[in-house]
Amino acid sequence: VVTLTIEVNGYTHQLEVAEHALLSDLLRDVLGLTGTHRGCDTAQCGACTVHLDGRAVKSCNVLAHQAAGRSVLTIEGLASATGGLHPMQQAFKDCHALQCGFCTPGMVMSALDILRCHSQPTTEIVRAELDGNFCRCTGYDSIVKAVLQASRQAQQ
Amino acid sequence: MRSLNYSRPGSLSEVLQCLRDDPQAKVLAGGQTLLPALKLRLAAPSRLIDLQAIRELRGIAVTGQRLTVGALTSHAEVASNDQVRGFAPALAELAGSIGDRMVRNMGTIGGSVANNDPAADYPAALLGLNATIVTTSRRISAAEFFRDLYETALTGDELVKAVEFQAVKRAGYVKFKHPASRFALVGVFVAETEEGPRVAVTGAGSVVFRVPEYEHALAKSFHPEMIRGGAAKFGQLNSDMHASEEYRRSLIPEITRRALAHALQV
Repeated sequence: VVTLTIEVNGYTHQLEVAEHALLSDLLRDVLGLTGTHRGCDTAQCGACTVHLDGRAVKSCNVLAHQAAGRSVLTIEGLASATGGLHPMQQAFKDCHALQCGFCTPGMVMSALDILRCHSQPTTEIVRAELDGNFCRCTGYDSIVKAVLQASRQAQQ
Repeated sequence: MRSLNYSRPGSLSEVLQCLRDDPQAKVLAGGQTLLPALKLRLAAPSRLIDLQAIRELRGIAVTGQRLTVGALTSHAEVASNDQVRGFAPALAELAGSIGDRMVRNMGTIGGSVANNDPAADYPAALLGLNATIVTTSRRISAAEFFRDLYETALTGDELVKAVEFQAVKRAGYVKFKHPASRFALVGVFVAETEEGPRVAVTGAGSVVFRVPEYEHALAKSFHPEMIRGGAAKFGQLNSDMHASEEYRRSLIPEITRRALAHALQV
């Protein structure tokens, strides 16, 4: 167990963390941020996606200590302080882009990373770039619509 | 995850000292292959030596006819970097096709080539573009570097520092992806270089390989029509739960033709 400093959703923490702990372990089990979901735990399903220094990564495939000294954004850090949904969250709600909701935190974090790189993505780009996030409910159509809606709103 | 020790040295000399002191230690770049391997207990290093603080392993530079990509450069950086896209668009496109975007944000070119997965994409580009791997102790051609299944020319206390690419006239990469794993069942990188055409195949064999019969044919005309099924004799190919040896054998000429068509289009 070694001390690390990490910024999560704007707050800096000093934590005692095992050297083999994953970033997903730190977020869920140490900080109680259970919005980051542990799905497959084998870096395939994307439910654990968070942003590390502004880039989407699978938190089950990053050691907590790899993230030491760096900045993490999770699904809990998106809504405003007064509880207003982030435009991407609102778009998911508007488009019925979730059913069971298990994949949703990872979908939203990946969707934001797509808009970081593609300001006006096409349907094809959104579909291709979401291929690291699995949804077993929606068939993806409504999720793609939500990402496109959020990108249109960001243009305005 | 099994317990292990983690360290993050600040200099390359410290990393090399760590490796000499503890031969059971492993270096950690992006970890996108190594961490899953640890979870599956395919590897059990005593210590992970994280390279992220080593600045000299980073950076992309073009000098004259040479592109240098630092070992810690992520696939996402290679895919989106303007210098790479201008110098070797096929390389940028290949990097943008690795895994998924979260893997591309973490995974590195140095980690990929040092791991030498038989179905990885980068080995095809390095062999196809006749790249040079610059290590902490020497310079190695791609042909000498990729030895066999997960085996490279690297010694125990030697690290990949960068990969150097020469300019080529045109190049293209197409892979036939397994739908679930997203790894290439067969991936073919074709390049028209000053020294003649090169065809490099990944995913099909235990290690990336060239196809001299195709290269001779393409020397006459760099065109998909020059590739005929049965024209090349391949050694033993991979056969696994994803595809039989025969299936891969029949994919190679077809994917080569698609890669050529793509190279001519771009």
